[in-house]
Amino acid sequence: MIPDQPSRRPRLNPEKVHVAAVVALWTTAGVTLAVLAAIIVFILVHGLPMLTPEFLLAQPESMGRAGGIFPTIVGTLALTAVALAIATPLGVGTAIYLNEYSRGGRAAAAIRFGVDCLAGVPSIIFGLFGFIFFVIYLKMGWSVLSGGLTLAVMVLPTIMRTAEEALRAVPASYRQVSFATGATTWQTVTRVVLPVALPGTVTGIVLSIGRCVGETAAVIFTAGTALRLPLSIFSPTRTMAVHFYILAREGLSMPHAYGTAAVLVITILLVNTIANAIMLRFRAGVT
Amino acid sequence: MRLREFVIEKLLFIAALSSLAVLALIAVFVFIEGTPIMLREGLGSFLLGAKWAPTKGSFGILPMIMGSIWVTVGALLIAGPVGVACAVFLVEIAPRQVADVVRPAIQLLAGIPSVVYGFIGIVVLVPFIRETFGGPGLSILSAAIILGVMVLPTVISIAQNALEAVPVEYKQGALALGCTHWQTILLVILPTARTGLITALVLGMGRAVGETMAVIMVVGNAVKLPINPLDPARTLTSNIALEMAYAAGAHREALFATGVVLFVFIMILNALANMRLRRRGSHR
Repeated sequence: MIPDQPSRRPRLNPEKVHVAAVVALWTTAGVTLAVLAAIIVFILVHGLPMLTPEFLLAQPESMGRAGGIFPTIVGTLALTAVALAIATPLGVGTAIYLNEYSRGGRAAAAIRFGVDCLAGVPSIIFGLFGFIFFVIYLKMGWSVLSGGLTLAVMVLPTIMRTAEEALRAVPASYRQVSFATGATTWQTVTRVVLPVALPGTVTGIVLSIGRCVGETAAVIFTAGTALRLPLSIFSPTRTMAVHFYILAREGLSMPHAYGTAAVLVITILLVNTIANAIMLRFRAGVT
Repeated sequence: MRLREFVIEKLLFIAALSSLAVLALIAVFVFIEGTPIMLREGLGSFLLGAKWAPTKGSFGILPMIMGSIWVTVGALLIAGPVGVACAVFLVEIAPRQVADVVRPAIQLLAGIPSVVYGFIGIVVLVPFIRETFGGPGLSILSAAIILGVMVLPTVISIAQNALEAVPVEYKQGALALGCTHWQTILLVILPTARTGLITALVLGMGRAVGETMAVIMVVGNAVKLPINPLDPARTLTSNIALEMAYAAGAHREALFATGVVLFVFIMILNALANMRLRRRGSHR
């Protein structure tokens, strides 16, 4: 008979360990949120005093040391518009094909793999590719078009994935009813499925705006760094993020850097708030 | 009617091929531009050469490879534990109302542009590290901390998916046997979600290796083999972005070759992560 061996190590009370672990997890999450809040508050506190109508609407003077950031706002909007105009039909089209037309199979698997890989490509590689392909090979030069096309390639996976998720959330019974009334697949997609999936799809597009506005590495070698107002899609331009990078890195003007950063952060806050609001309404609508 | 349906289906199929086509274009153009110099210099001396003087004909990127490895490992040491802890918090601990606030906040963290992170690094973190630990402040440590925060959202969202996929019966079983909630998390939920958690780290690693602008601003960019976390270093990404603006001829080719190395590495990580995700997917 072997008697019960009393354990040598004093055993920790599992209840106390549990409490300690829960406290540690709350702390970790709290610290993460605090870091986020600190970043936003820091930029806004230093940058908000700069945000006057002149700053937003005036031409920059002496390389951005003085004056405003108007051309960079126009440049950012132009690049984002080009990117979305191209990436939205391709991304949503891909999602519709995968979810409504393809019946699984190799092609669909390969396309999904391609989208996953594209989502992982770092922005500097998009920059290299955009430079050699759009700027040099297709002779578009540094331009709104080159930058916008590069950004389109970059946000394609985001738009496609959110659109596919939204399509998948549409109950199969909706389609069955539509098919039962004799509608074709395309009629079902455009009149039944897409209207229901629209908010989710829009969320992906809105989030892509955020990525376009904040992107630097993919844009600096494709759209250029010219501080002039871009007058056509073939003009070179400088986005807000690139302007901010140049101001900060070359130490041209800290107040102007903070001001530009504040515009960037406010844009991102707006974009995320809108995306979340749409998503919440969408969830409430579908379920 | 039938013809229209057929045309629409084909058009959608072509749209769907766009991602694959673009991926192929990226690979082809970056490789065409980058591989000749690798072959000319010899793959060994390009990857393992310690001297980078592109205007004088020395193209060794070992310091940048080491720089990227140091910075990435450092970032994962921060983002790994913190990310998994946040994911556990969101899935297991947080009351619904708290989780509903934390989730969008973490999404916001992912949305902040990398130049803003880099800027915060310059004005807050770099001086702090210079004064606290000595050295130039522009260092691997600064870059690792900034990157750690930046890849956190990636790690959290994928770890969260992995934890949510653990069947609720496992948890109920452990609790019924008298485990505390923490014992259940540590001994049942985390081990079950292991594959997904590793995927989260692998994708986080891909993000960290590929990040450019934030790193350039805080890492110091000195071309030398780093031996200490307080040393400045240069990564593969910062090497490309710093010199691309004025590079020409063989120098530019060498930067594209740096891009090839980066691209291949990221694709290997992606393939690993996707294989894992898919295998896990096939179980259910």
